Amino acid sequence: MSAQAITKARWFPGVLGFGSFIAAVLLIELLIRVGLINRFIVPLPSDIVLAFPRVVIEEHVLSRFVLTAAEAFSASILVTVFGVAGGVLLYQFRLLREATETWVAALAAAPLVLIYPLYMVIFGRNATTIVAMGFTAGVAPVTLKTLEGLAGTRRVLINVGRSFNLTPSQQFWKILFPAALPTIFVGMRLGLIFALINIVGVEFLINCGGLGQLINELAERYDLAGTYAAISFVILISICVFFLTERLERWLRPVE
Amino acid sequence: MTLPRAAPRFLQPVTALRIAIIVTVLASWEALAASGLLYRDVVPSLVAIGKALFSLLTVPDMPLQIDLLGINTAITIPAIYWHLYVTFYEIALGMVIGCLGGLVAGIALGSSRLLRRAYEPMLYYLGPCPKIIFFPVMIMWFGVGPGSKVAMGAISCFFPVALNVAGGMREIDQVLIRVGQSFRANTWQMVTKIYLPAMRHPIINGVRIGLGVCLIGTLLAETKLSNSGVGFLVMQAYNLFNMPLMYALLIVLFVIAIGANALIGRLGGLDDIKRR
Repeated sequence: MSAQAITKARWFPGVLGFGSFIAAVLLIELLIRVGLINRFIVPLPSDIVLAFPRVVIEEHVLSRFVLTAAEAFSASILVTVFGVAGGVLLYQFRLLREATETWVAALAAAPLVLIYPLYMVIFGRNATTIVAMGFTAGVAPVTLKTLEGLAGTRRVLINVGRSFNLTPSQQFWKILFPAALPTIFVGMRLGLIFALINIVGVEFLINCGGLGQLINELAERYDLAGTYAAISFVILISICVFFLTERLERWLRPVE
Repeated sequence: MTLPRAAPRFLQPVTALRIAIIVTVLASWEALAASGLLYRDVVPSLVAIGKALFSLLTVPDMPLQIDLLGINTAITIPAIYWHLYVTFYEIALGMVIGCLGGLVAGIALGSSRLLRRAYEPMLYYLGPCPKIIFFPVMIMWFGVGPGSKVAMGAISCFFPVALNVAGGMREIDQVLIRVGQSFRANTWQMVTKIYLPAMRHPIINGVRIGLGVCLIGTLLAETKLSNSGVGFLVMQAYNLFNMPLMYALLIVLFVIAIGANALIGRLGGLDDIKRR
């Protein structure tokens, strides 16, 4: 097989990406061992790998993961219920939509996570603050996407509903909502990702809850290998959630 | 025949509804503050917040030594401006580093199909991770001073800029690229004369998203561990339970964030694209 044929093979980019990552890890290991990188700042990658089982067992990663997942799930439920309801409300009342759509869009772009100290005062240093923060961050995108989905329903579908003399309720549940569902799901995915980012971030910042708190605790104990292992674990979880929701979204998206 | 005059702007239904919503929210807030249903000061009166905002922005409470035309002068300024300067410096430096890194990575990924398929999934999946979890690592690498906050800002804004630039590179009209090649332009000329001008809007869009996340990353890092910056002031207000001051600081932060976002959009001509 010639070099040109190898670079054109389907598997080559994946192998190159993974191989580069492994090569970078090995290079860091080497640089630390020869003393070019201070091992009190960057731990040996081999130590990080060895720290994984310790962190998983001794730091109760599973129960922490369940706690973070429960917070994310609670926030997602709230985000979905209030976000979809908000989108439907804005769709039904045109004047309200024209008056407030730009405000909702501004809210979606605003750095809302900065109000977490305010939530700590209102709710205390507990899971309620974390869930409330996840909800605050995720609700605006779901509202906007629900509105976009409903407003984007094809005219012909609405006319079919009218020709069957559907009541407003039937028109919504049989025509508008099913047509908007793929876009609503895009919003729900965005809302879940925003909520998850904020939940883990606030857990870390207020030292309370699941995986975010674990990173903070290990860092405060100056357990370098453990800290890096915990960060890697959170990154893996984020990637898995992002990947799964993306697949689900593709599955739901209608064929163009 | 005279045409009927349009109703004044404030009497138009949309504007009237907006005013009604704002008045209702403010009145509800004031009523909640006066009712005592929540803990005292959790919902302070609007007057208290207004006073806190006014004194935050106008009352000089921080002595400062400055070198003015070779003369050492002592002045007193409102402390918020010093902290805003620190935060602005951290965000600006983080933006410059993150944007340059993102630009280089984006151009590299966008110009090569192999590099894109090998490395773009990594950026794509790492992008949405909560960046604040890297803060302990940044403290170890860059210390507890502004360096770690700058690094947080840079990491935060790197991903959206890189992904937008890579996407923008793929959207460039192939004719433009062939024109550059036919003129035998070297890599630097291709980047400065073809790629960057053709990718102005994706780059500005990436910078706009990058600014938002850079601001969040920097300010969250300040709230976690710092002794200066607006994030530090917010945590100080929290620790002293000075709620009017905390609300005033949040108002200042949101005004700056939304203003900066709008400014970048306008400078980059994004509004013009939307109007077309």
